[in-house]
Amino acid sequence: MKFKLSLIALCLAMVAMLAACGGEEKKAEEAAPAEKAAAEQPAAKLVLGVAGAHSGDLASYGLPSVNAAKLAAAKINAAGGVNGAMVEVVAQDDQCKPEQATNAATKMLSDGVKIVLGHICSGATKAALPIYLEGKIVVMSPSATNPPLTQSGDYPNFFRTIAPDDAQAALEVDFAKSIGLKKVAIIHDKGDYGKGFATFCKQFVDADADIEAVLFEGVTPGAVDYSAVVQKIKGSGADGVIFGGYHPEASKIVTGMRKKGLEIPFLSDDGVKDDTFIKVAGKYAEGVYATGPKDFSSNPIYQEAVAAHKAEFGSDPGPFFPEAYSAALALLNAVKVAGSTDYDAVMNALHNSYVDTAVGKIKFDAKGDAEGVGFSVYQVQDGKYAEVK
Amino acid sequence: MDYFLELFLGGLTRGSIYALIALGYTMVYGIIELINFAHGEIYMIGAFTGLIVAGLLTMYGFPGVSILAIAVVCAVIWAAAYGYTIEKVAYKPLRGAQRLSPLISAIGMSIFLQNYVMLAQTSDFLPFPELIPHFGFMESMGSIMSSSELVIVLATISVCVALTLFIKFTKLGKAMRATAQNRKMAMLVGINVDMVISATFVIGSSLAAVGGVLIASHIGQINYYIGFIAGIKAFTAAVLGGIGSIPGAMLGALVLGLTEAFATGYVSSDYEDVFAFMLLVLILIFRPSGIMGKEKAQKV
Repeated sequence: MKFKLSLIALCLAMVAMLAACGGEEKKAEEAAPAEKAAAEQPAAKLVLGVAGAHSGDLASYGLPSVNAAKLAAAKINAAGGVNGAMVEVVAQDDQCKPEQATNAATKMLSDGVKIVLGHICSGATKAALPIYLEGKIVVMSPSATNPPLTQSGDYPNFFRTIAPDDAQAALEVDFAKSIGLKKVAIIHDKGDYGKGFATFCKQFVDADADIEAVLFEGVTPGAVDYSAVVQKIKGSGADGVIFGGYHPEASKIVTGMRKKGLEIPFLSDDGVKDDTFIKVAGKYAEGVYATGPKDFSSNPIYQEAVAAHKAEFGSDPGPFFPEAYSAALALLNAVKVAGSTDYDAVMNALHNSYVDTAVGKIKFDAKGDAEGVGFSVYQVQDGKYAEVK
Repeated sequence: MDYFLELFLGGLTRGSIYALIALGYTMVYGIIELINFAHGEIYMIGAFTGLIVAGLLTMYGFPGVSILAIAVVCAVIWAAAYGYTIEKVAYKPLRGAQRLSPLISAIGMSIFLQNYVMLAQTSDFLPFPELIPHFGFMESMGSIMSSSELVIVLATISVCVALTLFIKFTKLGKAMRATAQNRKMAMLVGINVDMVISATFVIGSSLAAVGGVLIASHIGQINYYIGFIAGIKAFTAAVLGGIGSIPGAMLGALVLGLTEAFATGYVSSDYEDVFAFMLLVLILIFRPSGIMGKEKAQKV
């Protein structure tokens, strides 16, 4: 027994030591770029701060934005820089942790950085924003999709090049209204994604006097059939169904509805905008609507950025790369239009002048969300998804 | 009233689906007191066999109903072969071992079969053709009950009746009952117990395969994982009705299916499983061995 106890104690001690080592390494990493930034900051340089998860579990989400910033900076520098100043990229790691994010923000502030691309995770972004706001630093995230970040109006200095989580739901409800639905049944699969989407839809529907939700229910994924739910939809008198979830449940529900002679429109989300859905639901998939991200793969700036990434780093870019590349371009363009890094001038430029980016030609609305990015509505027509709105 | 009827028929269909699978669990448990966790996978393999055979037959242009019949027969044979082999490979060598060993072996078999089908076929969902024809006389009732639901309910009823008659009146059925009562004694009076156990697995697997093809055709999609949830629910039904008892499994499946349908219809589908398992707990509190289960000293 004593032997066991001492073994456990030894293990604990080892774990503690490992943890301590990890912490020190991290600090060393963080200190390095800061010193570099402090040392090399002559007036003719424009520093673009990049903050996000550059190490740890979520590094794969954050590192593409560093590459994107470097490529965008290289492109602008090759063309003579921003108003004569060469762009320099300085990265700060937050590991997607709120406490690290505030450290990163404080460093940016003390280094005199005026524009920041980041952060990556919504939680870390939210923690860092008050510091940036106080320091009058403009922040643009390629990936923080939490709706209140812009919609609360608390952070006028915050922008993003990705659509917020509820943009898809907002589009869905708008579209439901545009095809004349008055009473919708909202069904979800109880999962984070499906239920989250359905909850947003319900909020938009409740807030609108022209459309009401007659049913809001979750179904168990993988259940043998959904006939009881289909009967319930029928009994509720709904003239349309909005489903939040993935294609296996969607195809079962649509098939069940059509077999029971219920021919009302079926609207769903990105999880259903998948060719497997059409393959599995077959003829019953015909006419189903699904929202999905706008396709920007034919955008020349996007193609150029991907080619540059392959040439520079030898690989395909990671997640949020197009959004990060666009954010870098948008920030640098705003400084160029403003003529300086003056806070009010840069903000004004972001809100008012269009910029060509990898995700399309964008400017930012009053709250900081990019106009013209986000989702489209698709419909299954002749066994294929076709964009309808 | 219409709404009630619709829910009732939906629950009846679901109960029938559970019953076809639950019978296999309960028969095997009745004979060797083993919970055959690989049974859900047999159901899945039956459905896959049905899909492959139906695909081939459609290619050769067979008429609609014959495809269903041949697909069911092939699925039954193939699944029965699997059931037989699983018993010989995974359970027979462990017959003298302590009770937990075959249980673990069953779980292992279940995981093995799932992964085997995933690798050999695909992990994606596959469309399953509508093999069950639309009957003209069902058109008027289409909004309440579809043809495929009718076929599933009728198939389950006839399977249950046939199975009951088989157990009651045939020699093999009698041998099964004897083995279930006391395996040693059955051996002493000259019953080939190994053969009886194999036969039980074959029959249970066949029923699951029938269920697999009919249900997949009704729902229209399958993947390698469908056996898991169906298996868990059918197992619940078997326990609810009293595991080891054949009429118990049928009744348990029916009660479970109806409870789920009414819970969805009158409360919310969010609480479907809550009600189903609350019912299970309540019944087990008042009747620990299930609705139709016999009270007896447990060896566990």
